[in-house]
Amino acid sequence: MEAILEMRNIVKRFGDVVANDHVNLKVRKGEIHGLLGENGAGKTTLMNVLYGIYQPDEGEIIFEGRKVRFKSPRDAISAGIGMVHQHFMLVPRMNVLQNVILGYRTPSDPLINHKWVESKVEKLSEKYGIDIALYEVVMNLSVGEEQRVEILKALFRDVKLLILDEPTAVLTPQEVDSLFYALKSMTKSGLTIIFITHKLKEALKVTDRITVLRKGKNVGTVITAETSERELARMMVGRDVVMDVAKPEVEFGREVLRVEDLWVKDDRGGFAVKGVSFSIREGEIFGIAGVSGNGQKELEEAIAGLRTPARGKILLDGKDITKLGVEKRNEIAYVPEDRIGVGLAPSLSVLENLMLKDFKKYRKGLVLDYEKMEERAKELIEEFSVKTPSLHSPASTLSGGNIQRLILARELSRSPRLIIASQPTRGLDVAGIDYVRRRLVESAAKGCAVLLISEDLDEIFQISDRIAVIFEGEIRGIMERKEADYERVGYLMAGGLEVAV
Amino acid sequence: MVDAGFIASLLASSIRAGTPLLYATLGETLTERSGILNLGIEGIMITGAFTGFAVSILTGNPWLGVLFAGFAGMALAFIHAFFSITLKANQPITGLMIVLLGLGITGFFGRSYIGEVAVYINPIHIPYLSSLPYVGEILFTHDPLAYIAVILAAVLWFLLFKTRYGLEIIAAGENPEAADSVGVDVDRIRYISTLIGGFLVGIGGAYLSLAYAKLWTEGMTAGRGWICLALVIFSGWMPQRAVLGAYLFGGLDVLSFKLQATGVGISYHLMRMVPYVVTIVVLLFSVIRKRAAFGAPASLGVPYIRGRKQ
Ligand SMILES: Nc1ncnc2c1ncn2[C@@H]1O[C@H](COP(=O)(O)OP(=O)(O)O)[C@@H](O)[C@H]1O
Ligand SMILES: [Mg+2]
Repeated sequence: MEAILEMRNIVKRFGDVVANDHVNLKVRKGEIHGLLGENGAGKTTLMNVLYGIYQPDEGEIIFEGRKVRFKSPRDAISAGIGMVHQHFMLVPRMNVLQNVILGYRTPSDPLINHKWVESKVEKLSEKYGIDIALYEVVMNLSVGEEQRVEILKALFRDVKLLILDEPTAVLTPQEVDSLFYALKSMTKSGLTIIFITHKLKEALKVTDRITVLRKGKNVGTVITAETSERELARMMVGRDVVMDVAKPEVEFGREVLRVEDLWVKDDRGGFAVKGVSFSIREGEIFGIAGVSGNGQKELEEAIAGLRTPARGKILLDGKDITKLGVEKRNEIAYVPEDRIGVGLAPSLSVLENLMLKDFKKYRKGLVLDYEKMEERAKELIEEFSVKTPSLHSPASTLSGGNIQRLILARELSRSPRLIIASQPTRGLDVAGIDYVRRRLVESAAKGCAVLLISEDLDEIFQISDRIAVIFEGEIRGIMERKEADYERVGYLMAGGLEVAV
Repeated sequence: MVDAGFIASLLASSIRAGTPLLYATLGETLTERSGILNLGIEGIMITGAFTGFAVSILTGNPWLGVLFAGFAGMALAFIHAFFSITLKANQPITGLMIVLLGLGITGFFGRSYIGEVAVYINPIHIPYLSSLPYVGEILFTHDPLAYIAVILAAVLWFLLFKTRYGLEIIAAGENPEAADSVGVDVDRIRYISTLIGGFLVGIGGAYLSLAYAKLWTEGMTAGRGWICLALVIFSGWMPQRAVLGAYLFGGLDVLSFKLQATGVGISYHLMRMVPYVVTIVVLLFSVIRKRAAFGAPASLGVPYIRGRKQ
């Protein structure tokens, strides 16, 4: 089949980092081509080079049989390339229509021909099943809707090649399904799609062929129908990976955490958590699934003691801790979603970050006993295999996976009763993900109660004993993992209500 | 005496005193909508005031004075644009530099013009309409520049909210990355908006020396540039609201003279302070409450660098 795009020997450097190292990519007309790789593999960089955001240091691009050089996104757009970025490129205060036509000239230019836009959008909506209210302000849209606006923006410009950068990261399973459906129908009408992801299952589900990147280099291109999850994982990571952390069944002990009718406000003063109740027992991992921004942050902060609830009770081992400050909640380990902002003091050293909560233990008169602290820190670094240039390097210089290990080392080493882990593996590589999940499971086995808050359904299903879904600040159903399935959880995540059968 | 006649003359002079503020506020509104914060208004206004005055003397044509005041404003705005857009420098600091530059240059070159007499722009009394009781005096006894300012506000409103250009300007100020990603040339939009903005601020200055005060003195803008910065916030970055704001502040400015003339027992100096106090309060509020709450462009004052890692 004919190639619509060929990228040859693309090299892109950022200082010392070689983000793309002689990468080749050949995409056929009318296919969905997966671009697979771990975080930091260089997927986004490669596509930004194609889209004219970056200029390649070496290499060439052939689009529709002609050699091209895009100096800016404008050139790429006029050649017929559209891109839905990982972080959406929308103007929140403008409405959908304004966002769609931004940079576009309607027939009555410079005036805006609303009628013309409306009818063109209507045709597109019918053709691809993308439904969206044109005059809604983007600020008020859900993430899924924002993504539809982004796709509409590209289709509106009659693109031939559409790039989607990690489009499923923010979607519920149902939204993912309808996105995949729309993508398939686009290829039927002749569009070519490059689909970027780091999730194997998705790549297998929706693509025709897959190119794998690892550490800026391309590992190869495979035909989706002829490959397997195992082969892709090996290409992605560079060695065989076993991804089999599983939560063993254990006898649950006493109740550790009890949350009763909890109401918590967000920064703007509205209720983000509305009457949430649940409890977690010794040895149990309680997973809360949900799309980010549905009150998870406020809930975890209330339990960790960073945010005072407006109403309701939090009990730890039967003791009311609702009003206690963070420093009085010693039995709680907190692995926050915002690792760098909340989890660390980024400019302090690795040593100081490890000891952050234990300075009192190491007082020597008026000063700190650094010798003793270093001794302990060395043990922890060993035990949690934190890779750091030295104990005295600023914590901010560590990579994402090592930052998470450092936080785990500090939090888990203090023999907590409860662990709050929020999006604990987001952005980590396969080895890091595996490590974090293993640690959580081990801690539970030792009798800890674990509250796992995650957007990643695979993660929730892999290690939770019970699963709850949070939507707009409410818990929509709590179920045993054995009774739960993706469909039901996805349905609840999207705001569906459980009907009594 | 405070009677209907007094009120009418107060309103009429509010419009006159508000017109230079209106030009400068409209100019800064356009600039800020595109994402560039130009704190240099005070320096650009005074440069416009001096350039207009000098050119009017040299050529005998006050309209040429106004035109050149606009160009002078544009030249200073270009310096700001070059530093902020091309060199991605700190915008508040560059703006303050423009203030000092404008005040310094005009102080130096303006010395020999103090006390000179130029050809001024005079009011025209629109036949019939101007003889309407009260309304005639308030609305129909102004000079052409005062009317042009209002038309300009309408044009700017139309441009910003009804055309593609406006969409691109607003997008450049809200989310330049998004604008760039759909092929909008953010730097170009910001340059043009800053230059036209500077042109209007310069005209505001010329209005002061050629139509309002009808003289040239050093530092004659007397902080009006800062007032306009507050007016932009006060009007929520909307040209249509800038008209009201400018006239209101113009009114506060003249009220002190008018009341003094009627012998009302309020301290003249206290009255003179009012616009400045209000300005400080507005600026203070905009700092305390997040600027976005007032409708500030989300990327105001933030340099745009393509592909910079967030
Ligand atoms: N603008 C940039 N400046 C510096 N480094 C960058 C920039 N963009 C990406 N990188 C680096 O390039 C590498 C590849 O990043 P990216 O293309 O975003 O990976 P992916 O999309 O596969 O997760 C990473 O090491 C990242 O830190
Ligand atoms: Mg990426």
